[in-house]
Amino acid sequence: MEQNNQVIDNVIIKFAGDSGDGMQLTGTQFTNTAALFGNDLSTFPDFPAEIRAPQGTIPGVSGYQLHFGSVSIFTPGDECDVLVAMNAAALKANIRFLKKGGTIIANSDGFDHKNLRLANYADGANPILDGSLEGFRLVTIDVTKMTRAALAESGLGIKEIDRAKNMFVLGFLYWMYNRDMSATEKFLKEKFGKKPDIYDANLKVLRSGYNFGETSETAATRYTVNPAPMPAGVYRNIMGNQATAMGLIAASQKSGLDMFLGSYPITPATDILHELAKYKNFGVRTYQAEDEIAAICSAIGASFGGKLAVTTSSGPGIALKTEAMGLALMLELPLVIINVQRGGPSTGLPTKTEQSDLFQAIYGRNGEAPIPVIAARSAADCFETVFEACRLALEFMTPVIFLSDGYIANGSEPWRFPKADQLKEIEVNFTTENNNDGKYLPYKRDEKLSRPWAIPGTKGLEHRIGGLEKQHETGNISYDPENHEFMVKMRAAKVAKIADFVPNQTFDNGAEKGKLLILGWGSTYGPIKGAVIEARKKGYDVSHAQIRHLFPFPKNLGGIIKNFDQVLIPEMNSGQLLSIIRDKFLVDAIGLNKIKGMPFATGEILNKIEELLK
Amino acid sequence: METIQSPESPKLTSKDLVTDQEVRWCPGCGDYSILKQVQTVVPELDIPRENLVFISGIGCSSRFPYYMETYGMHSIHGRATAIASGLKGARPDLSVWIISGDGDSLSIGGNHFIHLLRRNFNVNLLMFNNEIYGLTKGQYSPTSEEGKVTKSTPMGSVDHPFNPIALALGSEGSFIARSMDRDPVHLKDMLRRANAHIGTSFVEIYQNCNVFNDGTFEIFTEKSNKKESTIYVENGKPLVFGQNADKGIKLDGFTPVIVNLTEGHSANDLWIHDEKDLVKAGILSRFFERPAEGSGHLPRPFGVFYENNRSCYEVGLNQQVEEAIAKKGKGNLDALLSGRETWEIK
Repeated sequence: MEQNNQVIDNVIIKFAGDSGDGMQLTGTQFTNTAALFGNDLSTFPDFPAEIRAPQGTIPGVSGYQLHFGSVSIFTPGDECDVLVAMNAAALKANIRFLKKGGTIIANSDGFDHKNLRLANYADGANPILDGSLEGFRLVTIDVTKMTRAALAESGLGIKEIDRAKNMFVLGFLYWMYNRDMSATEKFLKEKFGKKPDIYDANLKVLRSGYNFGETSETAATRYTVNPAPMPAGVYRNIMGNQATAMGLIAASQKSGLDMFLGSYPITPATDILHELAKYKNFGVRTYQAEDEIAAICSAIGASFGGKLAVTTSSGPGIALKTEAMGLALMLELPLVIINVQRGGPSTGLPTKTEQSDLFQAIYGRNGEAPIPVIAARSAADCFETVFEACRLALEFMTPVIFLSDGYIANGSEPWRFPKADQLKEIEVNFTTENNNDGKYLPYKRDEKLSRPWAIPGTKGLEHRIGGLEKQHETGNISYDPENHEFMVKMRAAKVAKIADFVPNQTFDNGAEKGKLLILGWGSTYGPIKGAVIEARKKGYDVSHAQIRHLFPFPKNLGGIIKNFDQVLIPEMNSGQLLSIIRDKFLVDAIGLNKIKGMPFATGEILNKIEELLK
Repeated sequence: METIQSPESPKLTSKDLVTDQEVRWCPGCGDYSILKQVQTVVPELDIPRENLVFISGIGCSSRFPYYMETYGMHSIHGRATAIASGLKGARPDLSVWIISGDGDSLSIGGNHFIHLLRRNFNVNLLMFNNEIYGLTKGQYSPTSEEGKVTKSTPMGSVDHPFNPIALALGSEGSFIARSMDRDPVHLKDMLRRANAHIGTSFVEIYQNCNVFNDGTFEIFTEKSNKKESTIYVENGKPLVFGQNADKGIKLDGFTPVIVNLTEGHSANDLWIHDEKDLVKAGILSRFFERPAEGSGHLPRPFGVFYENNRSCYEVGLNQQVEEAIAKKGKGNLDALLSGRETWEIK
């Protein structure tokens, strides 16, 4: 049959199936292939909190959304062009995210009586047969049957054969999008090389899927998505948690300090622990503590001992660490505290994203306890931002909070990674000499208001530190009222002074003065960027600035804000940055808030821009 | 725990370990004696002063580091064990001492306490047990006896107390000992033993709080009844006690029985203490009834209940780093950053 080949500039595919169907793997394989081909891309995995929710049900649906293109891509996309539905539940859960006229690739075997019942379809209803999907292009393939046929001679059991189903779908999509399969073939070799029968089976099914596209009349159109015009350089694909782990290792190398990670597993931060545990040959020591409190406390101990100390968690774990964060602040020891935010409060939505821990980060401690807070804006940006967090911690002798979230932690994008020698050294000088006429004053401050770091093992500098209020310079316990007020102000001044050493706020897009400024922080970057580009194309006077340093703010931020008639702050919370900006700069900023456990769609922000500027 | 001495460092004296800070425990507090014994024993250990770290939590005992001219940290309630774990993991070269109390270790810090013992970091944990909350002015603690009348339990406590030695045994502790503030010679001996042991050395120290729980250990510490109500156990020696060393303990199956050595029993019939015997240590830990006057209850044991040698967490932690370096070579940052698959845009 004559096949039609169409060139398109971007496409959004959502892979959806039962959590046992291997959709995450299918998605990441397609992603890697697209990345290696040179497409720009952004991904968003969306999986249930349960490891294996009941098979065939809607809570058991696992999804992976990929947006790739020959144009710049900023988000995983709002509505998808193609929905792969491995069963009825996957279709039911995701059909509302499919564009009108979009393509559904349905595994007909997943629409049998049992699956339809589990997905709560009415008796007798079957969307792939009854015409209810009329507004879409429906491609029905009996993936199970084809996979079993392909492996009939393999000698494998039915269970093992069925596990290769996702490869059929992947092969079919590779055909549909004119992709080279060698990266996935190489991946299969590495993953199953030691089990030749499984390797052969997966490879065979992958190729069968591709050939099925070639020979069947199922889909008349193939699509070509050319490479994207990205800045010259060498790229790799990266997920946020990976980038965070690498940023930490880079900071360890650039500061010359071995890293110690005290951590307790928690979604969605655990992968940072997993990643770092692999890199012991970088001098990384990972310690899986008995609880969140022990995790941060062990890191404080390691910091006292002179290491680059880190603790990783998510909101509920950070809540438990709060008292120890106050201790680190009083001790004025460097410590990087990582919060990969998720939906709250309480256990909340562990696998969903949210930005609702900003207040917790900035205010959430007893007493006046200022701790610098910085946030990453994208998966790749986690690298640079956590590196900056380490720099601040070590150069200013302070705990620093690094905020990421579930969206960028698990999402991925192409990254033009730096060369090691392009990264700035982080200066660390352990004190080895007395600093006051033969006496060591642990809280004597330098021009940055930072204190010296004398580590155990240093002769003659034996000293005690603790959580009780301390006397200026000596660090001895002090209940003197004047001293307490002085020290509270000193700790605040020290953190405020960091603003002198961080870059000025810059604009991502638009003029420095105008009608509307969109101020964002964290992972709203992609959707805001996309929306602002669209709005400016339509002629709207709108600018975009994304704040990395949330506490203290860059020194010029107030000035920037006052140059605009209106300020819009989109956040995945009820308006936390909004409240802080209004408080600090007395500006009547407007919030755009989404609290659905999902990132903003570009369209949602664009609509708001149009509403404000019409 | 034991740390290798550095030969060139001049001999420390007790005075070298005294800080310029005024000691602020209540007059008559048992903590003074413990501080003195620690300051006496530490110089004998030949550890350079700069390699000593004392870490405490919160409570009266936890002021201790301020009075030791070493590195020190007065941390937060219950967490000294967790902080010390991280420090020892990161810096196995240091001699780390944890100072804690019954509330700090067994109540708010109970979780870290059991995990420290399980992991067996090579540190010393001195738990001052005064069976009361002193710093908060007199509430019952997790070691206070049932029925204890305190400010928070005016009708008597309905809480059942912990048996710290049994808890430490159940937590896989590798060195478990008990001593008391009023017996400096024994306490010093236990401190030396604790330091010599490689692994977590747990020493429960009975400490009199003369303000909020005065005399709670009198029955074990006062001359008049000490010999009848206590038994000092020593490795390889029979369990003998009593005013005239006239009583002994023998095992009838798994049941300890008090026998009178003047009435036909000899030392040869008695239970010989074996610090390596976990089962017997378990039985010994259960000598825990409150001895009432002349009741014939088992005496309270003091000394090393149990000691064994097993691997320390920090050794494994650091060995894996060395192994990884030996196997893969020192990490190359450029290789890490590029990963396995890259593409170039020109």
